[in-house]
Amino acid sequence: MTTTTLIWLIPLPPVLAFFLIVLFTNKSKALSHTIAVGAAFLSWIGSMIVFVRALGVEHLGQEPFASSVPWFPAGDTAFRIGVLVDPLTAAVLFFVAWTVLMIFLYSVGYHNFGQPVGDHDHKGLPPHGATVEEHGHKHVVPSVEPMYSRFFAFIGLFAFGMYVLVLSDNLLTLFVGWEIMGLCSYLLIGFWYAKESARDAAVKAFMTTRIGDVFMLLGIAYLYSATGTLSFREIFTEGTLHTLQTIPSGFLGFSAAGLIGLLLFIGTIGKSAQFPLHVWLPDAMEGPTPVSAMIHAATMVSAGVYAVIRMFPLISLDPRTMTIVAFIGAFTALFAATIAVAQNDIKRVLAYSTISQLGFMIAALGVGAYVAAVFHLITHAFFKALLFLGSGSVIHGMEHGLLHTGNHDVDPQNMFNMGGLRNKMPITFWTFLIGGFALSGFPIITAGFWSKDEIFADAFANGHLLVFFTLAGAAFLTAFYTMRQITLTFLGEARTPEAEHAQETPWTMTTPLVILAFFAVTYGWVGIPEHFPLLGGLVPNWLHEFVGGTLAEAPEAIAFSWIPLLTSLVVALGGLYLGWITYRTVNSAAEDRLQIPLLKNKYYIDELYDRVFVKPAYWFAENIVYKLLDQGIIDGVLHIFGPATQGLGAFIRNNFDLPVINRFFGDGSADVTYWFGGKLRAVQTGRIQQYLMLALVVFIAIGAVLYFFMLA
Amino acid sequence: MVPLSWYLIFAALLFSIGLFGVLSRRNAIAILLGIELMLNAVNINLAAFWRYGQDVTQMTGQVFAIIVFAVAAAEVAVGLALVISVYRRRNTVVADDINMMKW
Repeated sequence: MTTTTLIWLIPLPPVLAFFLIVLFTNKSKALSHTIAVGAAFLSWIGSMIVFVRALGVEHLGQEPFASSVPWFPAGDTAFRIGVLVDPLTAAVLFFVAWTVLMIFLYSVGYHNFGQPVGDHDHKGLPPHGATVEEHGHKHVVPSVEPMYSRFFAFIGLFAFGMYVLVLSDNLLTLFVGWEIMGLCSYLLIGFWYAKESARDAAVKAFMTTRIGDVFMLLGIAYLYSATGTLSFREIFTEGTLHTLQTIPSGFLGFSAAGLIGLLLFIGTIGKSAQFPLHVWLPDAMEGPTPVSAMIHAATMVSAGVYAVIRMFPLISLDPRTMTIVAFIGAFTALFAATIAVAQNDIKRVLAYSTISQLGFMIAALGVGAYVAAVFHLITHAFFKALLFLGSGSVIHGMEHGLLHTGNHDVDPQNMFNMGGLRNKMPITFWTFLIGGFALSGFPIITAGFWSKDEIFADAFANGHLLVFFTLAGAAFLTAFYTMRQITLTFLGEARTPEAEHAQETPWTMTTPLVILAFFAVTYGWVGIPEHFPLLGGLVPNWLHEFVGGTLAEAPEAIAFSWIPLLTSLVVALGGLYLGWITYRTVNSAAEDRLQIPLLKNKYYIDELYDRVFVKPAYWFAENIVYKLLDQGIIDGVLHIFGPATQGLGAFIRNNFDLPVINRFFGDGSADVTYWFGGKLRAVQTGRIQQYLMLALVVFIAIGAVLYFFMLA
Repeated sequence: MVPLSWYLIFAALLFSIGLFGVLSRRNAIAILLGIELMLNAVNINLAAFWRYGQDVTQMTGQVFAIIVFAVAAAEVAVGLALVISVYRRRNTVVADDINMMKW
């Protein structure tokens, strides 16, 4: 099979799995998950083959695997869609395939496959556990998810969207994949739709990302009208880029390239949950604990960053756009990190951490560190996926304890209810520790260190000191809240009986953890800078050469400097140590001195949006649309029409219908008939002789007429 | 031989007398007599046309005349029966007085 054919086939298995499950196999849980996981596995094999073949091509950036077909005629030419695998796609495809396969496998265990059906489980609610009798005494075990098959159908469709987005060679199909994921995100956040909070979160996520999407669509439309093409390879030619740079857009003095870049970036702000559209992501944790969290944290939100990375040659044309990108990224990184410090829900910490790390990538792009952004995108996908799956594993273990004690008032996601889990859940602990250290940028061994260090180095070398210091502060807080999380969750003693009875999760959940932990460590080694002391040059900086080859001019390796390296070391180790020393002795939320209301309430952004957008929208709907427009104007007009029509009807009835129609045609014809009947009645004597006489007269008359006119 | 027209003129006179009787007489029995006269005028015509027609060997005219006799006999029987019945109820045979079905 040729490589391009194979690339076309990669997205297909998951979408086929979606339709198969929805249409045919949703009654059978085992069959459904076999189909879904099998489909993910097929896509994974295809992706790996493509990845390996991509490695073998020397100048993949200049001669990528590409193939396209005409889709629909657009004016004189046909609009073409197709697939494209250049170094960037290959690198992204690698982690997408891995993480997607891991999610699928993990979901089998997370949704308690093989467990009995729950006693009181309802569709649309998380499973509550089932009572089983064993050796003469009853105990409660986890029960299987009631909508098991549906879940696998959704994540199948989701995987399809992600593959379409990554593999497409133009902005339109990228946008299609983007929107498919938006839909799946909505479906998965609202998966337990009987919970009001889940419904609200689903709507919120959908609406918030929609704001970004509208701007992105505007950007795509502008780009198409300006260049007549949406294909990446055609846009990123010198001529097209130059044209875009020189056309003024008429908006605040931006060039067309700058405005298009800005519009596309707003799409990313929505999708990747950057300030000010970050509010949906923490609420998205309402979905099935780890899996949808992971989708919304490790995979889908990466798509937003991927889109800006993909459009980097265009965005980088306008320095003002780049400044905005860098500013928003850096601000989000620090902003979200401060909120994460005060969160107690294990998943919410990770959600804010995700926003913060995505901010790192955006900021990296903003300072022009293309390779560093890709590098951090990939390493982050691995370790954040690991952390989310780990947190899901923790929650799952805690729920086990909950079922054991039967005390359902305890929140299994609150970290202050945990503690000491390292002994109960060793695999989860060690993998979570690896993921947490990678997130903090623990020096040398973890992947997160290398990617974050490269962002620092780039920001410093390019002279963006403000961005550099903001990110350094964010990195410090990252290490701090990560260690806080690890300390509260795993170290010390169990703070509740539930935590004491927590249990390690089944192999379908721990295997993905181990695999992802492997990548969370080793993936950093492919991108060690050449000039790094001692280690530099031992392993070639493969990532830089490979991914850098995507751009027309491969970025130069930056000179080594001690300042960013030392900063990186200090913030990572300092943050970790401070986090450990502070939370070693904290046993309850009351003792935590960082529970400042401002941070705990996320800077009141939700409340602000509620005041500024939601409440006015309600007010507008109630007072303007309903009372003024609907009741006042529309109903008012209708209320005029009603009596007016009635009056007109009465007028017509009295002046036309009754006198003319009824009197004249109705009663008149009846009267005439009556009158004629009265006259003719005289003829009807009943005397047979008169009738005969009449007949004779008529006969003679007819005979006479015939005789004179016919015969004569 | 007597020409055909004489028979026809005679039959027409007879028919007219019968018609006059039917139209002018008030007695129901007289009306019936008029009807008989008209029927017999027709019979004369039938017999005359047969005798003066093309094929004398076929008995068509006579057969028709005999059928008319039979019908006339039946009609008179029914008609007289009705007249007797009406006379018993209403004590009259004047057609104008028999108006039970009139509005």
